[in-house]
Amino acid sequence: MINWNIILSIAKTHLVTKLRQTLVAALGVTFGIGSYITLVSFMTGLNAMLDDLILNQTPHIHIYNEIEPSKDQPVSIYDDFASHLNIVRSIKPKISQKKIHNALPIIDYLEKDKDVLGALPQVVTQIFYIAGSIELGGNLTGLNPLEESKYFNLEDYIIEGSAEALENTDNGIILGIGIAKKMALNVGDRIQISPINGNFFPLKIVGFYQSGISDLDAIQSFTNISTVQRILGEANNYITDINVKLKDLEKALPMSQLVEQQFGLKAVDIKTANAQFDTGTDIRNLITYAVSITLLIVAGFGIYNILNMLIYEKMNDIAILKATGFSGKDVQLIFMSQAMIIGILGGLLGLLIGFGLASFIGTIPFETEALPTVDTYPIHLQPSYFIIGFSFAMVSTFLAGYLPSRKAKKIDPVTIIRGQ
Amino acid sequence: MDIVLEAKHIDKYFKKPVKFQVLKDINFQVKTGEFTSIMGKSGCGKSTLLYILSTMDTNYTGELYLQNQLITGKDATHLSYLRNKHIGFVFQFHYLLSEFTVLENVMLPAKKLAEKSVVDIKQTAQNKLKMLNIEHLALKKASQISGGEKQRVAIARALINNPSIIMGDEPTGNLDSHNAENVFSIFKQLSEEQGLSLLIVTHDEDFAKKTDRILLMEDGKML
Repeated sequence: MINWNIILSIAKTHLVTKLRQTLVAALGVTFGIGSYITLVSFMTGLNAMLDDLILNQTPHIHIYNEIEPSKDQPVSIYDDFASHLNIVRSIKPKISQKKIHNALPIIDYLEKDKDVLGALPQVVTQIFYIAGSIELGGNLTGLNPLEESKYFNLEDYIIEGSAEALENTDNGIILGIGIAKKMALNVGDRIQISPINGNFFPLKIVGFYQSGISDLDAIQSFTNISTVQRILGEANNYITDINVKLKDLEKALPMSQLVEQQFGLKAVDIKTANAQFDTGTDIRNLITYAVSITLLIVAGFGIYNILNMLIYEKMNDIAILKATGFSGKDVQLIFMSQAMIIGILGGLLGLLIGFGLASFIGTIPFETEALPTVDTYPIHLQPSYFIIGFSFAMVSTFLAGYLPSRKAKKIDPVTIIRGQ
Repeated sequence: MDIVLEAKHIDKYFKKPVKFQVLKDINFQVKTGEFTSIMGKSGCGKSTLLYILSTMDTNYTGELYLQNQLITGKDATHLSYLRNKHIGFVFQFHYLLSEFTVLENVMLPAKKLAEKSVVDIKQTAQNKLKMLNIEHLALKKASQISGGEKQRVAIARALINNPSIIMGDEPTGNLDSHNAENVFSIFKQLSEEQGLSLLIVTHDEDFAKKTDRILLMEDGKML
């Protein structure tokens, strides 16, 4: 039989008469939760930004023909030599074509899969950029500009011109900003391209590309698939790479294995290709949580201290309550509810302050050459942070309140009354 | 007359600092409507006995009956309930919750018992305060009233649940003679007009002489 009305009214009276201590304890929680929300949203914002930098442009599965030596040399499949030790020196890679055999049917097949958002063909080739007597090595990638923008955010990295302009311009090129600077070129200029096998093709610059990774920007350019096929003198089924975007990133690994098995191609999933980014993200998350938990533990000790003091001050009250018929459990609940009230008030205020601070940081300008898509500090606010933060506040105040309140429960009224 | 409280063969030992028998085979009864006082010198065990009778101290041997029900060995929650419903307490030092108003202090045990609505409890509390001539203090904080007034508030609080017995541990010990007289007359009045049982521990001989019955204690034994 617990009478919550009276327990809460006693708890409230204690808190209100010790308003300053209550506020200090609550502010401890507020500070902890507020900084947790701010930190976690800032950190995850930063993580998301760094991930976007690489991962957004990276296909979930990249399918291509790897040039590599054959795994089985003829001698090893010849039965008569099975019992011998065979050593083949200086193995050379097998001659194979760069293009993916039957690429168009494979793309059709992949696009029908329910897990696949899009499978985009690309033609990747080495070329030279030629302006007058200058020759610069580089990569030219032929792609579908609009599809690439849709699935791999190509548009975000085109700082002048647009993907649409490339789509609509025959013999157009989007040039890496590094090359453009080296060669002092502007949009609308022409640039000579030479594939490895010779010849010259003049292309019209319709835009500039800046990924933020300057090494890449100094070599990479984009054009339409058909343009590259024409430069290389290949038919329109000449596709060297297929980039797949999935609905669920977690399916990348099993699917890449399936593709390798089924088509005998090399298929690299995003996680394998970018393992180091995952590690970085994990460590940053770890730091965020370590700092937040430390803050909340400090806040918890604050509550513990204040409740402990309160219980010493209230020894007489506890004795009276017990003498007049309140059970040990009632007394414990009185002090527990004080801790929880402090936790709830402080926690809610902390959520508000965290939200405010994070939103404020999200408006501070942050411009950097390397990140053309970012103009304010990255902030990633998510409801789950608020739920986690608040739950943690509840747990820590519960623990901080539990120990002192258990002491209050055990206080023997006779000892107190005798001691007077 | 009915028996409100009965103690049979109560023994109690203090274990610290050395083993020492405080109470030796205490046997007595309190009848309904009786105004009993327990007298004795300091250290004779009278307060210890009172705490056992009040159910707050459970560390004793023997049997204790409240309204003919054995209460020895009952669990703590049940004892709390019995204290709340059947026993009213008045201590030597006022023992009010200083942060609450007088009215709230008086209402607290009844709110805990929760047998009546808050409105009824408030009404009862005001009646008790009126009976003790302190209704004008109802809305003052307990810390703002005088010692004599505090003791009267404590009596009002002890009465709120219409207990079977009122126990007092030197209720006049800390008051001047005027206030002590006042408190005694309140007890006397309660005993005579409402037939309330009272068990008061005191070493004030004048006080004890005016009660119905005096129990004398010496060295842990009842004489």
